[in-house]
Amino acid sequence: MRKAPSSHLVTALISGSALALCLAMAACGHKAVPPPPPPAPPKAAAPAPTITLQADPTAIQSGAASTLTWASTNATRVELNGTAVNLNGSQQVTPSQSTDYEVVATNADGQTANATVRVTVTQPPPPPAPPAPVVQNVGSFSDNVKDAFFDYDKSDIRPDAETVLQADAQYFKQNPDINLQVVGHCDARGSAEYNLALGERRADAVKNYLVSQGIDASRISTTSVGKEQPFCTQTTDDCYQLNRRGHFVKGN
Amino acid sequence: MKTLRILGCLLGLALALGAQDQTQIVITGQVKYNLALPLFNPGPGVPAAVASTFDNVLWNDLYQSAVVNLVGRSLYTAPTPAAETDLNNPALRGAWTAPPLSIQRLAFGALQVNQGGLVVDGFLYDVTQPPGAGRLLARRYANPDTPDGARAIAHHLADDIIAALGFGPGIASSQIAFISNRSGHQEVWTMDYDGHSQQQRTHLHSIAYSPRISPNGQTLAFMSSVGGQPQIKLLSLLTNRLLRFPAYRGLAESPAWSPDGSQLAFAANMGGPNMEIYTIHADGTGLHRLTFSHGYDNMSPAWNPKPPPGSPGQIAFVSSRIGLPQIYTMNADGSDQQRVPLGGYAVSPSWSPNGLSLAFAWVRGGGGENSGLSDIYLWYFGDQKYVQLTHNGDRNDFPSWAPDNRHIVFQSGKQYHTQLFTVAADGSVPTQLTSAGSNEMPNWSWH
Repeated sequence: MRKAPSSHLVTALISGSALALCLAMAACGHKAVPPPPPPAPPKAAAPAPTITLQADPTAIQSGAASTLTWASTNATRVELNGTAVNLNGSQQVTPSQSTDYEVVATNADGQTANATVRVTVTQPPPPPAPPAPVVQNVGSFSDNVKDAFFDYDKSDIRPDAETVLQADAQYFKQNPDINLQVVGHCDARGSAEYNLALGERRADAVKNYLVSQGIDASRISTTSVGKEQPFCTQTTDDCYQLNRRGHFVKGN
Repeated sequence: MKTLRILGCLLGLALALGAQDQTQIVITGQVKYNLALPLFNPGPGVPAAVASTFDNVLWNDLYQSAVVNLVGRSLYTAPTPAAETDLNNPALRGAWTAPPLSIQRLAFGALQVNQGGLVVDGFLYDVTQPPGAGRLLARRYANPDTPDGARAIAHHLADDIIAALGFGPGIASSQIAFISNRSGHQEVWTMDYDGHSQQQRTHLHSIAYSPRISPNGQTLAFMSSVGGQPQIKLLSLLTNRLLRFPAYRGLAESPAWSPDGSQLAFAANMGGPNMEIYTIHADGTGLHRLTFSHGYDNMSPAWNPKPPPGSPGQIAFVSSRIGLPQIYTMNADGSDQQRVPLGGYAVSPSWSPNGLSLAFAWVRGGGGENSGLSDIYLWYFGDQKYVQLTHNGDRNDFPSWAPDNRHIVFQSGKQYHTQLFTVAADGSVPTQLTSAGSNEMPNWSWH
């Protein structure tokens, strides 16, 4: 599409040079032939006009512009779709539908030549689809969903856990297609059987808090692993704390 | 203040019965006899491995029994009887009974191979009786002529000797079920009471807890999280297959067999907020709720194997109704719930077969509750007093009484890595049973 205009331009320059040469010769003639008024010369036939018309581009989307370029020879008048225009020139057009353009060149004897070009207007693209529902990938679940931590032998939701769970609830509201499982964990101290029940209570406490924040209970399942499957295994208070939690796992 | 302190040394762990401010415990009320056990006479054709297995197992069984003073063989200056009739010789009998040996009971016998089988004659004599008297046991045993065959005979003879001494029933043929992760997952395993013949029973690749052998020894109840939720499972030890048993909403754990094997007690939340104790027939029918809590848990039931006459049965259990978990007892219909007055963090009750004592794991009060370190204690209902059994500064839990009322198996170790040990209730003969992987939650068979 970009090569054609340069070749048209070359054509136009050549045409213009020829026209200028012609005009210069005519001027010289005037100066070289003085009066007396000559006898009326036998009337010479004017040369036949020619004209070319190009459109660049020839196909546009509605609302876009195309440039029409024309070049004539031996013409005294050029009309573009019935309107007088320069003998050589260009004009931007923005048709709303496919349009035929015609230039007509007329010489002094009233002889005419014409050229046509069609600018095809294509339908506008369909409006952009409404944005698809945001689909979170797996990684963003753990990025967005934080676990709730508990005190020793307790299943009460602490203030820091409330803050975390409120943010979690927002995420679950924004992602109604995600179901979740809350897994209760305990630190390694104490009876395994007791801790399994304690982990279940912690998971239930997390679930109940989310339900109080407007999350549908049917989206949330719970289980407990007690002291099994620890996040760390040191005998430090920090590690004990890390293992006392309600841990979120993506469900469905 | 009467104090009995017997120190045992176990892999650097000092286990002891430290009575401290508690009164003595009486295991049998009987004295320990000085027992001699010379090598059994191997007849022609008895493979050396069979004979040595027999002698070693019988020796270990009598040593582990903790009811005899087993006098070392290097001290035996008296001749071993080649036949029972040799004990009619007053000189031979006197050689055993005279100081410094001072033997009171003599166990001896012979091995022979007969038609491809191992035949063992075993005798026990009260050598303090005059010649011609004092025979306590004379019995012939037969089994395949293999080390395992010899092992089984030795266990059987050992229990017969213990019974003939007046300390029956013995535990030499008993089994222990437990949880091990050595296969890469927590699975149910079983083994002989001495740690031999460890055998994987489940392949469920999930969390497994609390195996409980049925009174007839044919079924294991346990908890498994296979399928996602912790539930009670029953495993046939005859076929190694799971039996039909109901699953419930939420969490169900800590099964316990009634003494007649017809019922199980267990803890479940049925999808609700708290764990409660239920009973159910072993065929899965007749679910019955025993506890009704409000904001706390009840779990880890343990039946009294020998409830008082006229009692509907008794169950010990753990409840967090006053805060940290405590041990309670109740009737098997849920009535008469009473707290064992302990305090601290008291869990994992196991009722002794004679019904007189509870073994449990305890973090005593005084601020140590958060340490995670717990010891095994015995609670005696008669005296309303406790006795501390372990003193090793580790995590000791899940005691289970042996059928002889004299031994406890329990788990001990660091967090996430524990092993199983047996110890006599007087703190003697501490023995490590396991070493591969982490092993926990032992349960001693009823026989």
